[in-house]
Amino acid sequence: MSQKQLVMIKGTRDGLTLFLNDDAPFQDVLDQLIEMLNQDDFDEVDSLITIKVELGNRLLHNEAKEELRSLIQAKQRLVVQDIVSHVILKEEALKLKEATDVHIHTRTVRSGQIIDIVGDALVIGDVNPGGTIKATGNVFVLGVLRGIAHAGYEGNKDVVIAASLMNPVQLRIADMYSRAPDYETDGVFMECAYVEDGQIMMDRLQHVMKKRPVMNGFERSVLNV
Amino acid sequence: MSEAIVITSGKGGVGKTTTTANLGTALALMDKKVCLMDTDIGLRNLDVVMGLENRIIYDIIDVAKGRCKLKQALIKDKRFDYLFLLPAAQTSDKHDLSPEAMITMVDELKQEFDYILIDCPAGIEQGYKNAVAGADHAIVVTTPEKSSVRDADRIIGLLEQEDITPPRLVINRIRNHMMERGDMLTIDEIVQVLSIDLIGIVQDDDEVIKASNHGEPVALNPNIKSSISYRNIARRILGESVPLQSFDEELTFLTKVKKFFGMREK
Repeated sequence: MSQKQLVMIKGTRDGLTLFLNDDAPFQDVLDQLIEMLNQDDFDEVDSLITIKVELGNRLLHNEAKEELRSLIQAKQRLVVQDIVSHVILKEEALKLKEATDVHIHTRTVRSGQIIDIVGDALVIGDVNPGGTIKATGNVFVLGVLRGIAHAGYEGNKDVVIAASLMNPVQLRIADMYSRAPDYETDGVFMECAYVEDGQIMMDRLQHVMKKRPVMNGFERSVLNV
Repeated sequence: MSEAIVITSGKGGVGKTTTTANLGTALALMDKKVCLMDTDIGLRNLDVVMGLENRIIYDIIDVAKGRCKLKQALIKDKRFDYLFLLPAAQTSDKHDLSPEAMITMVDELKQEFDYILIDCPAGIEQGYKNAVAGADHAIVVTTPEKSSVRDADRIIGLLEQEDITPPRLVINRIRNHMMERGDMLTIDEIVQVLSIDLIGIVQDDDEVIKASNHGEPVALNPNIKSSISYRNIARRILGESVPLQSFDEELTFLTKVKKFFGMREK
């Protein structure tokens, strides 16, 4: 009786991909994988081959992933580049959601206050001089931005700072900053700051949105996974 | 129902004590029972502005420490039957007063008085916390200067975290000619930034300083413009709706005619 094939290797442009069946018990899959690795002869190839492992709808813990990785790397001249799965833990999903949600702050950010947000920040109100709004994602101010805004403070440079009326003391994106001119200004309506060529640039909101088509943080992070 | 109102500003020297003295006087003029509390321990001067310095025997720390009864420490005003002052201590420091002691005192005063005005020290540490502890409402005093508005903003942020009604704003020391020239923040600009209700504006006036030095709050003299300003604020505290004063100089007939034809005065 021919056993159902639980492990498949496919070659793509980016290298080899190992598909592991997600219905069968994991031990069966591993057994078949070991068998297969023992059979196949990669000896002719001198260089290391990178391989991607597709788990399908199977969730593996880190230990199991490590086991799988060492199993594959021990046998042949294979290097596991990545282990991908279609599923993630609920806990991780919630964390991801938290980090990419738009968090609404419905008060004026006043002098001396620092509002620290994981994810995108939407301030319904003003940010006054001396006040700071910081977020790991984008910062949107539905009011006047007169204080400091820091977007992507954990290092993300793809984020923007937008305000209905932009008249800030300082703008920071990731580790870059720009400050207001030394003369007084009235501010600009519907402006948006973003990073281009390692510099913080300003443009009308409508123009920047063309350069940042995937504004939705959740979409962005899921696509990156 | 009696109310305890704290008068605060963050920055020093913007007129908290003057405002407290004048609002107290104005409320007393309207036959309200008023008690002024000075919580600026170590730097008391509400008694000086009220001209009651020579009557002090006990102070707020004596009451807090139980060295005397609250009633013994209260000083009756020279001019009104129901205006009293609870003076601050000159020699203790602010750590001798606790928020709990303040709440106890304010609660006791509420039995007797309609309005308790608490004069808050400058700054945002212990002294401020004590002053705010017993209050139901807050009035923030600012002047049309950037630094003072910045500190007012900070204080408003802190007050918003307290269990009191949203603070209201008094803009003090307005110099009309400077505002017109654009050398000073305008009332609109200040209200826009602070985004709280404006309860009154007071013009900068030599008479206020003169009156303070004589220990006679300016609110007593109805012929002075700033006196009317304070009285208007007091009326607004009572819930009346009073339009803001115009600080424009009296228009002469000629300027009125010029204005009518759309001609500039200057």
